[in-house]
Amino acid sequence: MTSLSVRRARSAQQAGHARGRLPGAGPGRWAVLAALVVLAVVMLLPFAIVALNAVKSPAEYSAGGPLALPHGIYLDGIVEFWNRVDFGRKLLNSLLVSAAVAVLAVVLSVLNAYALGVGRVRGRLWILVLFLVANTLPQEALAYPLYYIAKAVGLYDSRLALIIIFTVVQGAFGTYLLSAVLGNFPKEIIEAAEMDGASRWRILWRIVVPISRPTLNVLMIFFFIWTWNEFFLPLIFLISNDNQTVPVVLGVLQGERMMDATMSSASALLGIIPAVAFFLIFQRTLTRGVTVGAVK
Amino acid sequence: MAVHAPAARAGQARAPESVRRPRAGAGYWVYLVPGAVLLFAVIVVPFLMNIGASFTRWSGVGTPKWIGFDNYRRLLGDATFWSSFQHNVALIVAMAIVPTLLGLLLAAALFDYIGRRFGTRTASALRAAYYLPQVLPVAVAGVVWGWMLHPSYGALNQVLEAVGLGSLAENWLGDPDVALASVMAIMVWFQLGYPVVIFMAGLQRVDPALYEAAEIDGASWWRRFWHITVPQIRPETFVVLLTCTIAALKVFGPIFVLTRGGPGKATIVPSYFSYQNFFEKANVGYGSAIATVLAIIIVVVTFLFLRVQERES
Repeated sequence: MTSLSVRRARSAQQAGHARGRLPGAGPGRWAVLAALVVLAVVMLLPFAIVALNAVKSPAEYSAGGPLALPHGIYLDGIVEFWNRVDFGRKLLNSLLVSAAVAVLAVVLSVLNAYALGVGRVRGRLWILVLFLVANTLPQEALAYPLYYIAKAVGLYDSRLALIIIFTVVQGAFGTYLLSAVLGNFPKEIIEAAEMDGASRWRILWRIVVPISRPTLNVLMIFFFIWTWNEFFLPLIFLISNDNQTVPVVLGVLQGERMMDATMSSASALLGIIPAVAFFLIFQRTLTRGVTVGAVK
Repeated sequence: MAVHAPAARAGQARAPESVRRPRAGAGYWVYLVPGAVLLFAVIVVPFLMNIGASFTRWSGVGTPKWIGFDNYRRLLGDATFWSSFQHNVALIVAMAIVPTLLGLLLAAALFDYIGRRFGTRTASALRAAYYLPQVLPVAVAGVVWGWMLHPSYGALNQVLEAVGLGSLAENWLGDPDVALASVMAIMVWFQLGYPVVIFMAGLQRVDPALYEAAEIDGASWWRRFWHITVPQIRPETFVVLLTCTIAALKVFGPIFVLTRGGPGKATIVPSYFSYQNFFEKANVGYGSAIATVLAIIIVVVTFLFLRVQERES
């Protein structure tokens, strides 16, 4: 497409990736940009249409259709859906389960990875494979026994059961990842601390954890979001209305007869907002954490 | 305490740990105790119970009746079981193969074309747009599309009618001939951003001099794509293909929300098929057999990928 003269290429090279200095293929480059922008619009369109129609009244929707701009902001659909399913409660449930799992799974991963990565206990390779397999197993192959055990020990329909299960599932992934990271932990630091008479426990919490902070923060965010997004096990375990999480209540109500067009889009919007909010909140930490990992 | 110096050399100790004091590895196993206990209670024991249940006839209450391999024999002759795996293959196409191929093209276009001609900000903005569906819980993505594709009030049909293409309107999720294709399209939309982001991150570590040298030699964009971009981000391509293939094999949420496997059995997948047997039909033994087969397939696929990846590098 582009054949550059050597001189021009050199000057571009000197300027690093200089913007706009490359002689694009004339109108061709606008065509490429246009195609990519059209694709971006297609990707974003469902979000826009949902937001647009969540703030319309049902009458407005049937009169103007899904693409007409709303005459004003009509929030009754959202409010009514919120109240009908007690959405605040679902948000709290999701928040509680996801936050607890994020913290506990990171603690569990740190403990495991300390033994495997720093301690290099015997048979670590096989133990790591076990954790990896545990993380890849489909939840379907654990669901019924877990459901059965939870009923037997009185943890059915409780958020605690889900917290325990997801702590282990996410922790298995965290163990796998962190063991590799801690395997490269500078030995001199640990040996120096040992010389000073610090116990293993102290070394873990006072030295290893603070130094690995950026990685642990990224893991915690991943665990939070992954747990928030879980659907299958929460669907099975949380049957009472008071315990349900956001994806479960939205997934179960989808297509119910009581939902008209605008209320359905209101419910979709309520599912989208927290997810996009987390994305915006966490994005900085994630990019920073990923960069830190790369520099390492 | 049985753990001694050899532990330090177990595995392929990557960092050469020349001289370790003999007691160095000892005693760390204590830190594995909570993790090991939980792993056994939540993963190992339930998985073994699931395998055990797959050899029984059991409704979930009462005593399971041992029937040997009967469930597996029944699976082989069950048309629903086979079609559920066919749909899995379709979803691997929609969730792994198409997003990976499109993702390679898009990442290269954003990095090596848009980024250099229109600035990195333009490239980042486009990347964010492609990625946005990925931040949704997959069940919520299902809710969004279930609404868009609703046969009576859904936005898509109304839009088609508004622009005079009413004849193209379909019962997107309710027509057995169209439902699987609709689900596939939705999953491409959902999944596409993941490879784009991973591939663009991978391209950051490619030496820009490679591209510049190729350009000086007069290599076209396509040649640079084939001979630089694709080989350079091979490791990322492996990871993306593996994780997306596993996600496609496990898919449950979108099917539950969008079609419940229907209409009829048009979109049934193994995970939903086992869920039905567990919780709707009280065929726990049969459901366990389906889940066991799915688990074996996933573990085998994972190992195959890791083997190939190892050989490549």
